[in-house]
Amino acid sequence: MNQPASAYFIEERHDPNETHTLSVLVQNEPGVLARVIGLFSGRGYNIESLTVSETESQKHLSRITIVTTGTPMVIEQIKHQLDRMIPVYRVVDMTLTKRSIERELAMVKVRGLGEHRVEALRLADAFRARVIDATTESFVFEITGNTDKINQYIDLMRPLGLVEVSRTGVAAIGRGPEGM
Amino acid sequence: MNDKSHDPNQMTGAAMIVRALIDHGVTDIFGYPGGAVLPIYDEIFQQSEVQHILVRHEQGAGHAAEGYARSTGKPGVALVTSGPGATNMVTPLTDALMDSIPLVCISGQVPTHLIGNDAFQECDTVGITRPCTKHNWLVRDVNDLAKVLHEAFYVATTGRPGPVLVDVPKDVQFATGTYHPPRKSDVHRSYAPRVKGDATQIRKAVALLATAKRPVIYSGGGVINSGPEATKLLRELVEVTGFPITSTLMGLGAYPASGKNWLGMLGMHGTYEANMTMHDCDVMLCVGARFDDRITGRVDAFSPGSKKIHIDIDPSSINKNIRVDVPIIGDCGNVLGDILQVFKAEAKRPDIKAWWQQIAQWRARNSLYYKKSNDVILPQHAIQSLFEATRGRDTYITTEVGQHQMWAAQFYGFEEPHRWMTSGGLGTMGYGLPAAVGVQVAHPDSLVIDIAGDASVQMTMQEMSTAVQYELPIKIFILNNQYMGMVRQWQQLLHGNRLSHSYSEAMPDFVKLAEAYGGVGFQVHKPGDLDGAIQEMISVKRPVLFDCRVASLENCFPMIPSGKAHNEMLLPEQANDEATAKAFAGGKALV
Repeated sequence: MNQPASAYFIEERHDPNETHTLSVLVQNEPGVLARVIGLFSGRGYNIESLTVSETESQKHLSRITIVTTGTPMVIEQIKHQLDRMIPVYRVVDMTLTKRSIERELAMVKVRGLGEHRVEALRLADAFRARVIDATTESFVFEITGNTDKINQYIDLMRPLGLVEVSRTGVAAIGRGPEGM
Repeated sequence: MNDKSHDPNQMTGAAMIVRALIDHGVTDIFGYPGGAVLPIYDEIFQQSEVQHILVRHEQGAGHAAEGYARSTGKPGVALVTSGPGATNMVTPLTDALMDSIPLVCISGQVPTHLIGNDAFQECDTVGITRPCTKHNWLVRDVNDLAKVLHEAFYVATTGRPGPVLVDVPKDVQFATGTYHPPRKSDVHRSYAPRVKGDATQIRKAVALLATAKRPVIYSGGGVINSGPEATKLLRELVEVTGFPITSTLMGLGAYPASGKNWLGMLGMHGTYEANMTMHDCDVMLCVGARFDDRITGRVDAFSPGSKKIHIDIDPSSINKNIRVDVPIIGDCGNVLGDILQVFKAEAKRPDIKAWWQQIAQWRARNSLYYKKSNDVILPQHAIQSLFEATRGRDTYITTEVGQHQMWAAQFYGFEEPHRWMTSGGLGTMGYGLPAAVGVQVAHPDSLVIDIAGDASVQMTMQEMSTAVQYELPIKIFILNNQYMGMVRQWQQLLHGNRLSHSYSEAMPDFVKLAEAYGGVGFQVHKPGDLDGAIQEMISVKRPVLFDCRVASLENCFPMIPSGKAHNEMLLPEQANDEATAKAFAGGKALV
């Protein structure tokens, strides 16, 4: 079938997608997060996870950690597009450094009685999740780890009465003595 | 003493705005008053250093400021009120962002305590303009205002230039605070555009240039933005290397159209020789252009055998559409200077005689051919006549968007930079008339012509009133074919000639319209009358609407058809019905 006549060259890209974690150091000023998010939505980039918080209050610096997917060319574009924003100091591709640690925190609510309760506690122990709230029929677990570990834990809780999950998204930092 | 009343730097926010304009050398601004900017207008009234040009619609203020900026190299300044004033600026801001035009827009905002209350004429101006500015600010404290204004000018004019917006609530305009003149610490420490190119990359580039057998230089608007030095160096590089040069729409004039190495514009409606040279070259030097989709055509078939060098001040322009071999991040002028220095010291001009012979064969195809008529004015002929009549004069050309714009780019020869103002990236119909107003304000004694289409020009026609008020003798040269020509052309080529809503019925009488505004109208139907009428138009020292009735169904060729590569252009002499149908068969996705 013919493609429709168009004013634009419609091209399908077949490069495989990659997932990258980017650390972005920004001036903490009004609208800075909106700028970053607007860039992603406006240019059609993906956000898998995004975390942001002020990290150096004296200097008004915030650190944004973004997990994104795209072809290598798109990932390169994302980094350049972020870097040219006025309040952005630095963009580091943590995935390319291959020397980064990524963690996220999840709070997982599980409701159940009897054997399910015991099993939930046993698994929590194996995953080093902590109980931070309990009633006679429920637990809230706190678990920290990389995304895969948390996904796995949540999957295990599902048959045991999973109610809801709140996750922080990924935070990342480089190994070794140097800062970004 | 703590008495601040005698401190000359103590002033209201509104006074700071005018003072900052003066401190940045601004002599002319374009604007429209309204409730949320009245304190600023009050300050403007009480001084004479900054001239304010009252437009008829805020979009006109934005495009006028763009024309002013593009023709002078200085930032253009627009002043608008809150709400609709600001939303009407969205088109010019986006236009300036796409074409890298330095623009400073100051907008009024409702008082800070009303922000978020859906107050009268309130809108989220910084939210709305965030994606269409290089940066924007909402100033909530009068003591931040001076710093923000200075930073705004710095950001707009350095690195890759672009539009910025400063939103100033009315209570901040009234409040008194401390002003300071521009200083270095006003700018974000995180903003430091790179100017100087990497020396290793420059050596690699020179090595490629020196061994090229089929080279081409492809230059863009970045050369013009970089300033006169970049233009001079580009011309010198062409001279020293003997390489052929083509340019994007935005780059016209950096290399003179009369220069012997000039191939004409490239891209969708570029010349055959320019596109073939790009396709078959072995080394491409891209200077301040961005491999836009109207230039590349089909990306997987774009100049397949070449090594590509790309100079750009914006790292995000590199490897965006086309992978390049030697990226050089830096200012065009600076990098060209370094390349020239290394080339002259260490390299010899390669022998490319065979390449020039090949190019001569492509040139001989005469891709801009059209058949003149004695009965009806061909639009190409009209542009050529205009060019001949204005050759050697101090002339600035603006355009609207569409077929007339492409014909102007093809048939009007630009010898110098800053003489050609057109909406390239955004393709804004209605750009040319207000842009001409801005150009004429900057160059009161020059000849300023807007080459227009009958549809585009009606989008911002109200600025004729501005031209009349300020005695700006702009010439609006309308190629009137009574269609939205480019839309009609695509409907003919791509949509089975179903001319859906591309015909303008009830066209105004442009002569009467000109007279109604207080300008002068001309109408020409016959080719024989054209030259005389153009001469008369030039001699009139008032705003003119020139209704040039042209062949209504003429198409703009050459053209790279649907999903085709540079070497598959459709040339005018081939563009009979059958060949056109074949070239666009299935319309397999156009360039």
